[in-house]
Amino acid sequence: MFQFKSMVASAAILIGSATVSYAGCGISGGNVSILANDFPALHAVVSAAESCAGDGVTISKNHTKEHNSLQVPGLTANPAEYSVVVLANSSLVPLMGEGLVRPLDDLVAKHGGSLQKHQLVTIDGKIMAIAFMANAQHLFYRSDILDKVGLKAPTTYEEVLDAAKAIRSAGLMEYPFAFNTAPGWNLGEEFVNMYMGTGADFFKPGTAEVSINNEHGIATLNMIKALTEYSNPDFLTFNSDATQALWEAGDLALANFWGTRAGPIMDAEGSTEEITSNTVVASAPFLGNGPRPSSTLWWDGFSIASNVSDADAEASFIAMMNGISREMVTANNDLTVWLIDGYKPSAASAGVTATAANGAAPYPMLPFMGTLHGAAGAELSEFLQGSETVEQALADIEAAYTAAAKEKGFLD
Amino acid sequence: MKHRTFLWFILPSLAAMLLFIALPILSVFTQSLFVKHDKVLIEAEVCGPFGCKTEVSVDVEATTELQKQKPLGKFNGLKTYTNRNHLAINEVRSAWNESSSISIFLSSLLNLPFYKALLFTITYTFCVTPFVIVLGLFIAIAVNSLPPVLKGPTIFMSLLPMIVTPLVGALILFWMTDAEGIIGSTLQIIFNDSDLSLKASKTLTWIMLMVYGVWASLPFSFIVFYAGLQTVPEDTLEAAMIDGANRWERIRYVIVPYIMPLVVFITLILLMDNFRVFEPIIGFSAQANATSLSWIIYNDLRGGEIQYFSSASATSMLTIIGVGILLVPVLIRTWRDFNAKST
Repeated sequence: MFQFKSMVASAAILIGSATVSYAGCGISGGNVSILANDFPALHAVVSAAESCAGDGVTISKNHTKEHNSLQVPGLTANPAEYSVVVLANSSLVPLMGEGLVRPLDDLVAKHGGSLQKHQLVTIDGKIMAIAFMANAQHLFYRSDILDKVGLKAPTTYEEVLDAAKAIRSAGLMEYPFAFNTAPGWNLGEEFVNMYMGTGADFFKPGTAEVSINNEHGIATLNMIKALTEYSNPDFLTFNSDATQALWEAGDLALANFWGTRAGPIMDAEGSTEEITSNTVVASAPFLGNGPRPSSTLWWDGFSIASNVSDADAEASFIAMMNGISREMVTANNDLTVWLIDGYKPSAASAGVTATAANGAAPYPMLPFMGTLHGAAGAELSEFLQGSETVEQALADIEAAYTAAAKEKGFLD
Repeated sequence: MKHRTFLWFILPSLAAMLLFIALPILSVFTQSLFVKHDKVLIEAEVCGPFGCKTEVSVDVEATTELQKQKPLGKFNGLKTYTNRNHLAINEVRSAWNESSSISIFLSSLLNLPFYKALLFTITYTFCVTPFVIVLGLFIAIAVNSLPPVLKGPTIFMSLLPMIVTPLVGALILFWMTDAEGIIGSTLQIIFNDSDLSLKASKTLTWIMLMVYGVWASLPFSFIVFYAGLQTVPEDTLEAAMIDGANRWERIRYVIVPYIMPLVVFITLILLMDNFRVFEPIIGFSAQANATSLSWIIYNDLRGGEIQYFSSASATSMLTIIGVGILLVPVLIRTWRDFNAKST
């Protein structure tokens, strides 16, 4: 976490000389094609990169929520459909496993002068991606509601339960808590986050064999279940959009949301002054006496496709360096938590920063992590509805994972 | 028609069927027999914005080499079909051996994703299909007896559920049945139960999906029956009236037998459509309470960051087999009728 903290600390100290300015971006020519997810922070990056177009350089982009399903087919073609792919911890590993993204060491040495060391994502000594923003799920709370029941901000999930109970018995709200519990990716992420808080590993060391059917897994599932009891009965349909709407409607006092939702929730749109002014973000809570907060740190960054010409790869890298320039950060400071030199922390980013400072671990960059994530997301709903025991739920996750991991060649 | 002329006549559509339906199915079947190569795993240092850690990762060069030698992957035979996420032969066998009663066996069977989805798919198919046929017929008869001025607008209104995109229709109902929505909160007031949620209860979700299914495919059967009714001979109906048949008897003994071929046709189409139920599950975010075979395929391909092509192919083949089994009785009946007519 040292690097992350030093990044935040150094934000106030402006180091002028680090920025390299590219006149017309300095690209001699080439085709740049960018595939990215669809949210405001990434629009800012890609638009800044697009300003390099002209003089024999063509830049095209595709912002889509379906980016994950386009990555593998789009990069497998030769030449690849996209030269740049904007991705996160979890999506880099599958692409690397197929050999679809190239090492960036030579490009970083040539054009990466303005990058800070913590932005370089290296695997086995090779730079595979450049990170530019951070995200994590963390606690949101309403200070006015907690004041009414005379409690301070919770730091553990046990305190979250106590606070939720107090709010319910005071008659303020029947269902004061929410998190993203729709089966699938969202519920899988909540499982991964909560389990991370126990400090235990998901797999037997050095192998792809899952090992979650233990006391850590039981503690994880029981806490998720206990939290859903303070969540609206519709919780099995909750994604980020649904829970943000509940918060903005004033139906929630405690929640676990993505850091990128803090800005949209605290802005003047979609809610009342009473709600936005009392919304406070804080570190993700701990699970009991667990060693780290129950959350995972995420980065968003970019990689360059293997199946493009070296000239196009260089043009793409220079354009993206322009996309993540200091000027872009200055103009879009509050959109997210930037990992780029020149970023000034804002009120909305305090949750992610506090979660990182408390020692939360990054989302595991294991090639088979996505498979376990999917299995957990698919097999938990019966347990949360009360029609299955905790042991059965854990056994189901392990069985679903094992079958899927065999198909992917991770297990024999 | 001579056999030769007939052959030339259907050749273009036969070729298109082969190219766009038979070949893709064959390719899906081939894919379902293979899985990914065993990945060569190594331990490597992974560094990012949040520090370094030694983690297991894939040896890309060694794995790519394997991939080049055999691009289809590792031959797996029918093991993808029989694994835990599909037919789960071993799990079913051990559940059968270990269960002391049928209900325990059934509950462990329905804990497996494939059988859970199959149960909903079959229930949906056999509840929605008869409702759509019977209601469609009665709406068609009702519309047919309207005065001509009202017919046009009524037909248009009745077709609306089919004009609305299925996903949009499902989403509108989803929002209406939300605890904060007009239907959801009205139900809470009627039953005086603030915990009542259509989305939280399995039974209510199933009923909601089926009601939606009937609503969405009703116009299809209605319009086909309505067209069929225009061809029912007036003479026979008048003769029946003179013989003293009341309205119900005319429907039962004249209209229904006359449009029976249409009923068979609609049954075929509806069985196929309903067995592939998918959009309402997505629209209603109902995957916690109801999954279908098509939803499993979708989840394998678009559920997360990793795509399971072999799993999706295997489920696709099982769906095709399922549709085949459903259609056999109807097809046998049609074949018998055909033979009876030609002799």
